[in-house]
This record gives sequence, structure tokens and C-alpha cells, in this order.
Amino acid sequence: MSMKRRDFLKTALASSAAIALSPGLVGNAQAATDILVGSIHDLSGGLDAYGKPMQDAMVFAAEEINAAGGLLGRQIKIVTKDPQSSMQQYAQLAQELALRDKVAVLHGGITSASREVIRPIMRKTNTLYFYNTQYEGGVCDRNTFCTGQTPAQNLATAVPDIMRRWGKKIYIVAADYNYGQIVSQWVKKYALENGGNVLSIDYFPLDVTEFGPTVQKIQAASPDFVFSALVGGAHVSFYRQWAAAGLKGKIPMASSTFSHGQEHIVLNAPESDGILVSGNYFPSIDNPANKAFTAAWAKRFGADYPYITELAAATYQGMHLWAKSVSKAGTLDRAKVLEALESGMSFDGPTGRVSIDPATHHCTMDIRLGEVKEKKWSIRETWPQRAPLDTSSVCDLIKNPGENQQFVIKI
Amino acid sequence: MDYLIAIGLEVVSGIASLVLISIGLAVVFGMMKVINLAHGEFLMMGGYATIAASKAGINIWIAILVIAPLVVGLVGLVVERLVIRHLYGRVIDTMLATWGLSLLFIGLVTTVFGNTTSGISSPLGAVNIGPIGFSAYKFFIVAVAVAVIVTLYLLFKLSRFGLIARATMQNADMSAALGVDPARVYAATFAIGSALAGLAGGVLAPVTGVVPSIGAAFVAKAFITVIGGGSAVLVGTLSASGIFATVNQLASFATTPVIGEVALLGAAIILLRLFPRGITGRFFKGRI
Amino acid sequence: MNGSRNYWPIAAAVIAALSAIIVLPVIYDEYALLQLTIYAILSVLALSLAFIWGYGGILSFGHAVFFGLGAYTYAIGAMNFGETTIALLLSMVIPALFAAALGYFLFYGRISDVYLGAITLTVTLIFFDLASSTSGPQYRIGQVALGGFNGIPSIPQLNVPGFPDWTLSTTELFILSVAILALVYISLRLLISSDFGRVVIAIKENEVRAELLGYDARKYKLVTFVIGGAIAGLAGCLFANWGGFTSPAVFALGQSVQIIIWMVVGGVGTLAGPVIGCVLMQWLTSSLASFGTVNNNLVLGGILVIVVLLLPQGLVPTIARLARGRRPVQRLDATAGALGATPAKSEVGA
Repeated sequence: MSMKRRDFLKTALASSAAIALSPGLVGNAQAATDILVGSIHDLSGGLDAYGKPMQDAMVFAAEEINAAGGLLGRQIKIVTKDPQSSMQQYAQLAQELALRDKVAVLHGGITSASREVIRPIMRKTNTLYFYNTQYEGGVCDRNTFCTGQTPAQNLATAVPDIMRRWGKKIYIVAADYNYGQIVSQWVKKYALENGGNVLSIDYFPLDVTEFGPTVQKIQAASPDFVFSALVGGAHVSFYRQWAAAGLKGKIPMASSTFSHGQEHIVLNAPESDGILVSGNYFPSIDNPANKAFTAAWAKRFGADYPYITELAAATYQGMHLWAKSVSKAGTLDRAKVLEALESGMSFDGPTGRVSIDPATHHCTMDIRLGEVKEKKWSIRETWPQRAPLDTSSVCDLIKNPGENQQFVIKI
Repeated sequence: MDYLIAIGLEVVSGIASLVLISIGLAVVFGMMKVINLAHGEFLMMGGYATIAASKAGINIWIAILVIAPLVVGLVGLVVERLVIRHLYGRVIDTMLATWGLSLLFIGLVTTVFGNTTSGISSPLGAVNIGPIGFSAYKFFIVAVAVAVIVTLYLLFKLSRFGLIARATMQNADMSAALGVDPARVYAATFAIGSALAGLAGGVLAPVTGVVPSIGAAFVAKAFITVIGGGSAVLVGTLSASGIFATVNQLASFATTPVIGEVALLGAAIILLRLFPRGITGRFFKGRI
Repeated sequence: MNGSRNYWPIAAAVIAALSAIIVLPVIYDEYALLQLTIYAILSVLALSLAFIWGYGGILSFGHAVFFGLGAYTYAIGAMNFGETTIALLLSMVIPALFAAALGYFLFYGRISDVYLGAITLTVTLIFFDLASSTSGPQYRIGQVALGGFNGIPSIPQLNVPGFPDWTLSTTELFILSVAILALVYISLRLLISSDFGRVVIAIKENEVRAELLGYDARKYKLVTFVIGGAIAGLAGCLFANWGGFTSPAVFALGQSVQIIIWMVVGGVGTLAGPVIGCVLMQWLTSSLASFGTVNNNLVLGGILVIVVLLLPQGLVPTIARLARGRRPVQRLDATAGALGATPAKSEVGA
């Protein structure tokens, strides 16, 4: 009998130990003067090639603002969390940033999946949220700002331009998730509108590394060019296997995602030369703001920094858009900052002018077509100040400020 | 017609890849009844060894064929000494410990090399079959797979080590009584299995590229192939690779890579239901 | 065996759960409660494998498949029906049915050991592949798009049965999760010490002997598997409630392995062990996420290797043994007891 009583004690002890272990007994003591800004990006796991430059951009922007006297006379402090590419961690850490650290604003999320985990939590806890990644479009939520480009914005001009260069028969290869599916549909729409046709669209799960059969299928179809919306480290092998089959010089390739994961740095020059990419940012953009930005970046992170991605530039601009709005509002109060942001706040950053569209909370920005050669970009075309056409076709936050969803846009 | 030849070549090279991915695990499982779930990370380390060596200026073929198996073989020796040796006869515990090792290696390599995909280009150019371009490197993969199988057959069938190894696997106590040291035989077998994984990682590095987490993609396939093949190392691996890779490639051609993957997994389930001890649990009994 | 059932662990569980439900919402803030809720939910998942592996001897490498099915079933049900009660029930029924089909296939095919591991692993990989490839608009069930890799966001919270507008608050979800954890623990405890439970354990210990005594091992394993599947499905449903999302990651290899790690750390062959292992490992993972200096995999992998090598029975049985002053474990009594389970494995060799 005595043994059983001990069993009881042990169970009770074990459960109280389990409770005591949980974080939450002590709140994070912060200097009351610092403004806390949450940063949540994948710094480990499969997406860290995307996340690390974004995290660096957060730190870079904060240091820049602090050096210029801070915000409302206070210093910005970045609170960094690494969700390790796990959605459960994204939820837990977003809750922690909002409820425990009570950050003034949260920047982060890379995949749409992570954004849709973060977004409801931020809305529920009344914490401003910035999503700084190019994505498929359609998010309509007054608490959320999307500073990356969306497919219609990006492709409406780029697809016809590429078709003029190379021809009308397109073969699309895309990552098999929401973004890849939607981008492919936009490419198809613009191709058809301009008298072209899409021979086939092949989707690949994000972990596929074997593209042998696909490379053969594309050859058999013999398109004028291949459009790639492939994403992530595993898909890099497509470009490699494409070059290995000797197709690099034969069939040209364009993309809307190439370089965001530093693909052109990982691949060698002959494997990537000549690929056309449409997007918002390339480090070789020739304007004073970008020259200052890239020089200061090199000074801060070293001249051998692998690559300042478009997502990093968008994160940098997102931080500044928020900071400018806080200055304008003169307070951290969410409602007032929202109003300032919705006043059509704009920032002249490294990608040129970005301004917030009050109706969609997306940004109007320049779109460019870059060509890679020897791992460097030369800019072939610039289409200034493109509006987020896709999202604005479904979302009007001025008329319906209570809207809270991601629309699926009929293409 | 050219297209059919291209499909045929893809199938053959798919089989060769699967043989290479699985053979190291098969040797260790077949000979020692140890399932090494860090096998995928052994391949991954082979890939990194190849890339690091080739970036350091070493000839690419030496990096693939010598450095990768050597480095990973040594890692295998250490792992056997520190972990596996203490767990012989405990299949489940070995699986769990090696799973821990797999996480450990992913963490270690991430810390050293970072998490960005790295790779090298295929060292051979392209060949044309009619109008269709085909990576010449695939022929090299097939050649390596054939060479590995033949060498292993000769090693186990003809050499003195092979005889001792097979004897030890069948009855360790009896061989010990005859003067063999089973611990050394196990260590050598595990090192050979690891070296084969390293070789496979090196050979595949130019095709797939390497990230620290790439092992997961290999280990599940290798595990399923080895279990599907059953206990006979060579015949089992060959037959299971043959079936699975053919199903996978043909389904990929006909539909999408996802369906190809699902078809492979489905084939594995059906096979294991029909032959619960793997193919060689039913056919080719007693072969290597 | 002294014939009487051991009620101390049950009393302990009731008291622990009641005090947690009464005290914690008062002293902790919303964030801490959310953290504790996810620990409780994953502990339910840990218990389901603790039952089928620790007592039934069925090592499933794809146990997450039932968890994931529960989460997806709840999401699809709740979003289609609007009222969540039926979705909640379905989130247990569908995984249980799938467990029945898979279990029939496995046990009546006389598949066991690593071969069973290989098939369960394969099944969960198939679910992962299929769920990941449903991002096109054509993949929808009722009004719910499956969402592929991104999964299903904005899943409605559970409501009180019959009151679609009365959805659970953070505190209420916490209370529900703890209550379910206690309920599952107590039910399994009672089940294990029932006649059925004794046969299940007997089959694990020696299948041939149990069959010679006239028990149909296949049938008992199947029922065990189905019960475990239903509990894992329930955990999946709670998980979908907690985060408001579900994605194919619930079917991923890592998810299944995670459950096994909790069990190994806590102790196979106990119920309390896996729960403690789960809380411990989850706490560690969150902490690493916040400090971010050491690689997460490095730490988790290192712990797993060390535990298997040095504490082959896991934390709880080892501590229990130490607390008993290294007295030899009494086999039969221990099997029925809370913490001092039979050391299923031998001591570390040489």
C-alpha cells in the first residue's frame, strides 16, 4: 500500500513540475522606453534562405531609424523569433509577441500558410501586422498591410514583354501550392490575352528534387520559352538538371520567383545566365536611394553578403512605412497609426516609390524585368508605379472596413 | 520513338539512383539487422563532402568517388563505436537513437554550412538522342550503381572478409568460438554501409543539390525499398528498386511527380501486404 | 497481482486536473494559458500512442496520420455545418474508421515489427503527398477548399453543443483541453486494468502464448489500434481549435517522430511518462525558438541519443526506480501501476 501512495505523490509531483516548467511565470521585463517591434521569419528549416535577409533588413531598418534619433524620441528594439518553418511554432510565437511582449507592430511570415496563421492572431489581439513577401494576392484585412508585389501587378506587363522577345508558346512549371497555382493562372490569362498559348502547367511539391521526366516532357512539347514559378531550395535542382540536359541555350526561361531564394547565387553562371525575372527589386537598380541602401548594407553586414533579396528590400520598406506613419500619428495608438498608414503613406526607398493603397492595404510600386548574367542583374525594362490590380478587384477596405479574409480572385 | 528511348533511360537511371540510395542501408540492415535512420544524413554528408572538396580545388571525380565515401565511412566508424555498438539486438532502440543522430547531424551541418542549398553542376555535358537532350551524367550514375553491386557481390561471395561477415551474421557466437571477433566484423560492416551512403550522396549531389535537411527525402525511400526487398542485401535491393523506380518513373511521365511518388508508396504497401517479409522473404531465399 | 485496482493515479489525475482548471486561469495571463493548452492537447496525442505502443506493443511510425485526419475532419466539418458538435464527433469517428481499415489490413495480414513500421510510415507519407497537392481550386469538400501546402486557415472555434454562437474563449478551451486530457488518462488507466487491458498486455508480452490460451491477438490489436486512432483524432480536433489552422505538416514524418520522441524520453510502457516527455520537449522547443542561439535539431537530436543510450527506459520509470531505492520492480503489479511500468527493454549493454 505504501508504494501506491508514493505513486500518487509522484504523479502529483510530476504534474506540478510540468506546470512549473512552462514558460509564463515571469513576464519579459523590458526597458519601458524602448518600442518593441516583433520580427518572425524562418531562420532555420527549409526557408531560411528567404528568412535571413528579411531578418537582417529588420535589424538594418531599426538601426537606421534609431541612429536618426529613434521614433517619438524612443529607440526601436527588434524582438526576434524563429518559428523554424513550423506552423505550430508560428502560432505560438505570434501569440507570445502579441500577448506577452505586446509589440507595437509585427513584421513577418514568409509563406502564405504562415501569414494565415499569424493574421487572425494579430487581428484578435489588435496588433498591427505587416507581411512583406510577394504573394498570390487577395488578403483583405484592415489590420494587415502587404508590401510585396502580387501577380497581376507583376505579370500584366512582364508576360507580354517576354512573349515579344521569345514567342508565344509557353510551358509553365510551378511550385504546387497556392502561390504557384495562382501565378500560373495569371500567366496563362495574360498569355491568352496576347495571342499566346500555354502548352502545359506542371506543379511540383516543394520537396521534389528529381525533375528528369519533366525535363523530357518539356523537350517533347518544345515551347518557345519556359516560365518558372518554382520555389525553395529543393527546386533549385530543376535549373541544374535543365542545364545538364543541355537545354540552357535551346529553350529560354523566365520566372517570377527566381532569385528570391538566392537561386542565382547557388547556381553557377552558365546554369543561370540569361534567365529573365520580373519583380520589384534588384540590387543593381540605379537610383540614389538604392545606392545609399546597398552601400550602407554592405558596411553593416559585410561586402561579401550573399544577396539582398526583393523580400529583404520589401521588409526594409515596410519598416519605414510603419515608422513614418507612427511619426505622422505622433503616437503608437493603433487606430491613429492605421489612419496615418491609410492616408496613402509612401516611402522613397531602394525600389523607388512605394505607396500604400488605402483600399487594399497593398502597395503601388515599380515593376522591372531583370536579366541575370554572371550572378548580376541588368535591368531590361521598368514599368513605374503599378497598382495592386488583382486585390483591388475584390477588396475595398474603405467601403467595407470590417472585411477579414483572403479572397480567391476569379481569373 | 526517341521519346520512348528517353523514357526508358529515365527509368533505368531512376532504378540506379534508388539502388544507390538504398544499398548502404540494405547492407547494414541485411547483415546486422540494424535500421539506420540517420542513413539520409549519411548521404547528405557525402554530398557536402563532395561539394566542399570540389570547391577546395580537388578533382570532381576524386571528390565523388574517393572523398565522399571515405569521409562518411569514417563518420560511420565513429557512430558505430559510440552509439550502435551499445544497442545491438535492440532494433527499435537503434532506430530511435539513429533518428536522434539524424537530427543531430542536420543541426551540426546547418551550423557549419548554413541552410542554403549548395551544389555543383553536373560534370559531364549533355548527349542527344535524336532531338532530345539527356544529361550524360545519368549514364555515370548507372555505371556506379552497377559497379557497386558487382563489387559487393564479389566481396561477400569470394573474399575472406565476406565469408567471415556472412558467418558472423548467421551465428555470432559460433564464429566467436572459431576465433572471429564479432565486434570488429560489425564495425567493418557498418563502415562499409556508411561509405556506400557517402558514395551515393556524392554521386547524387550534382543532380539534386544539397541542403542539410535533404536526408529526409532519401531515408523514407531507402527504408521502404530495403524493407520491401527483405533480408537479402543485393537481390532484395535490386528487385525492390526495380519495381518501385519503374512504377515511380512511369507514373511521373503519365501524370505528375506527386502521383509518381504516391504510386511508389502504394506499390510498397501492396508489396508488403503480399510478402510481409519483403520480396526476398518469399523468393530468392538464402541469396545475398 | 493483488486483484484490487489501483485508484491512486486516477485520484491524482482528478485532483491535478481540477486544481489546474481552478487555479491556473486565475494566476496566468492569456498567453501562458494558450501555451498550457497546446501542451495539454499534444499530451492527449502522446497518450494515444502511449496506449497502442506502450501497452499494445504496436509501434506505428505514422501515428500522426490519425492526428492529421482529426484536424482535417474537424476543419471541414465545422466550416461546412456551422455548428461544431457533429464535426467534433466526426473528428474521432473518421480516424477510428481509418484505423479500423488500416488495422485490419495490417493485423489480419500478420504484419508486425519493422514491416508494420514501414507500412504506417508509408501511409502517412501518402497522406502528406496527397494533402500537399490539393492547392488547386478544384479540391474542395463542400464549401471548404483543402488548400494544399497552405492548409485550411480560419477554422471556427468549438461551440457549446446546440449554441452555435457560444464559441469557446481561450480560458474555456484551456479548461476543455485539460478536462479531456484527464478524462483520456483516466479512461485509459481503467481500460488497462480491465480484463481487456490485461489481454492486450499479455499479447504484447508474448503473442504466441496469448493465442495458445485462446485469445485472438489480431482482434485485440485491432481494437487497441482503433481506440488509439480515435484519441489521436480528438487531439487533432483540439489542435485545429487551438491554432485555427491545419496544414499537411500534421501528416509529416517529423510529426510522427515527435510523438515517438516524447514517449522515449518520458518512458515507454507508462501513461504519465509520455505526457511528461511531451510537455518537456515542447517546452524545450519553444524555448529554443526564443533564444535562437543553438540549433534546435542539434539539441533535440542530442537529447534523443543520450536518452536512448543512458536512460533506455525513459525518465519516468528511471526516476520511479530511483525513488524506490533500486528495489527490483515487481513485474505484474508494476504493469497495472501508474509509473513503475515493466521495463520492456533490457539495460544498456556493455
